[in-house]
Amino acid sequence: MTTFCVLYPDLLGTYGDGGNGLAVTQRAVRRGLDAELVTVGLNDEVPDAALYLLGGGEDGPQRLAADLLRRSSFGSRVRDGAHVVAVCAGLQILGSTFCVEGDDEYEGLGLVDAVTSRGERRSVGEFATRVDGQLLVGFENHGGRTTLGGVDALGTVVKGRGNDGKLDGYRTKNIWATYAHGPVLAMNPWFTDVILSSVYGVELEPLTSVADALYQERCRVVSV
Amino acid sequence: MGKSSPVRDQVASAAVRTVNRLSRITRKGSGTVVGGRVGMKIAPDLVSSLARGRTVILVSGTNGKTTTTSMIVAGWGGPVTTNQTGANMPAGHVAALAASKEGRVALEVDEAWLADTLASTRPSVVTLLNLSRDQLDRANEVRHLAERWRKALEAQPDDDLVVVANANDPLVVYAGEVRSNTVWCDVPTSWLADALSCPKCTLAISHVGSAWHCVCGFAKPAHVFTTLGDELIVGGTSVDLELSMPGEFNRSNAAMALSALHCVGVDLDEAVRRINAIQSVVGRFSVRRWHGHVLRLLLAKNPSGFAAMMATLPQDGSDVWVAINARVADGHDPSWLYDVPFEMLRGHRVYCFGDRRLDLAARLDYGQVDFVVVDNDELVPTSKETISLLANYTAFSDWLARSEA
Repeated sequence: MTTFCVLYPDLLGTYGDGGNGLAVTQRAVRRGLDAELVTVGLNDEVPDAALYLLGGGEDGPQRLAADLLRRSSFGSRVRDGAHVVAVCAGLQILGSTFCVEGDDEYEGLGLVDAVTSRGERRSVGEFATRVDGQLLVGFENHGGRTTLGGVDALGTVVKGRGNDGKLDGYRTKNIWATYAHGPVLAMNPWFTDVILSSVYGVELEPLTSVADALYQERCRVVSV
Repeated sequence: MGKSSPVRDQVASAAVRTVNRLSRITRKGSGTVVGGRVGMKIAPDLVSSLARGRTVILVSGTNGKTTTTSMIVAGWGGPVTTNQTGANMPAGHVAALAASKEGRVALEVDEAWLADTLASTRPSVVTLLNLSRDQLDRANEVRHLAERWRKALEAQPDDDLVVVANANDPLVVYAGEVRSNTVWCDVPTSWLADALSCPKCTLAISHVGSAWHCVCGFAKPAHVFTTLGDELIVGGTSVDLELSMPGEFNRSNAAMALSALHCVGVDLDEAVRRINAIQSVVGRFSVRRWHGHVLRLLLAKNPSGFAAMMATLPQDGSDVWVAINARVADGHDPSWLYDVPFEMLRGHRVYCFGDRRLDLAARLDYGQVDFVVVDNDELVPTSKETISLLANYTAFSDWLARSEA
């Protein structure tokens, strides 16, 4: 069984982030692939999983999530190749440091060379970034400015702010991170399939759903 | 700006009424906000001067503000100054206060404006219903709102201010616990997804039955004044609550409204009789007709509102209509659709309406709920049954306007 694991939605799940777990699981199951979705609560151990999903959260919960993950097996599992999709606060936590209320350099998990400082103002609005020539669309709502070290950005910003107004998120061979929060995977079926393809190590058959029409509509809106 | 001047305040107040009358006559607006803005330009502290000497009850919270305020108005009996159109920021308060000199005032207050409104109206009672995620693109984060409420209540100098607060919502308790005389209401509160992590220390809150506590010591208040189970008890007295309106959440709203009224000396038996008789509040729960369909209009603006409203639907596999917009008043970000437990609608066919019907349809599809995207309203098959239509804020207004009584 292939396990998809949503980490601490009680702490990191502010903006419909549960949609990401739902979308990857449904798109796998509808192709006949074996997949199960598990949710890790505050008092649970982090289980073995093929893909971990991290959402966004407020300052206090973000700090606690970072502490819980630091003490768990999460870091070693990711270093061993487990896949991760992280959005918003999740993106910041995987990096070296981030800032939360009362602390400008709170230690992250250090899995990625990314430093997040406080942005000049909050970035709130429709968001689009170009990833390998394709648009990734969504909504951003965060106060961070993320600077990347020796790691590739996920995409270049087309609308909104992302990391710094130019680049958005980051990616490694098993980690994808973006400031498009919440149901970004639900809105971008092609991107979900990129992740699934990597997790299962196979080429995927096309799969049509109403999310295709939603994606086309959002692409039109952000391109205006 | 200078101190408040009686003449300037009178001029400002007259301007509010005149501009609002013009706005209504010319049909440029609903005539509640624009005049308020004009008045506050002339006299920035107009809310204070208009509220002075009156008995004010404020109502705030994510869900149930309008309904609870209406219940307070009805339960109080006779004329009460209020802002019934949902204009719940200072301009709307000014409009309501300028329109009527009645000494009894019930105002609903946008969550983000509670601090200002407490300071300007100096209320006798502030009723705090609940806090959950809503319009995050505007209000940012809900824990932050709880923090602002707490600070505002701490800063309020009037010792005789009474806070009537929901004891089952940890975020509300976090705000209300700073006052020594808070009237705690133990009312059913189903949505706890935003209070799983303690507002004080961020560790997990344990919920056992209706009790809850955190290891840091933060817990449900031990002494509650109002208890709502099968029976409603307010201050040791049983109250005969038999609402005409549906929904467990409306029983909770009524219990809080009655507790607030009790604090200003209203007789509970008379108040509850008047509240029981309410059939609908600004169109909410009303039955309307549209193109041969019979629709029951249900307002649901956010995840907790949707969860509460879906729990009232008949379990008969009937069609359900849902309309979603993401305009300014709704919040531009419909990500919250993924926080709504739409899986509750499995077994129904859901017709998707509104500007963001594709977002809704995708959400339902991932949740394995049968759906139809309605691109042409006129092609929806009619049925004799009454259809429940759940709509968020501007979508609800649209449907109220396009349907008939």
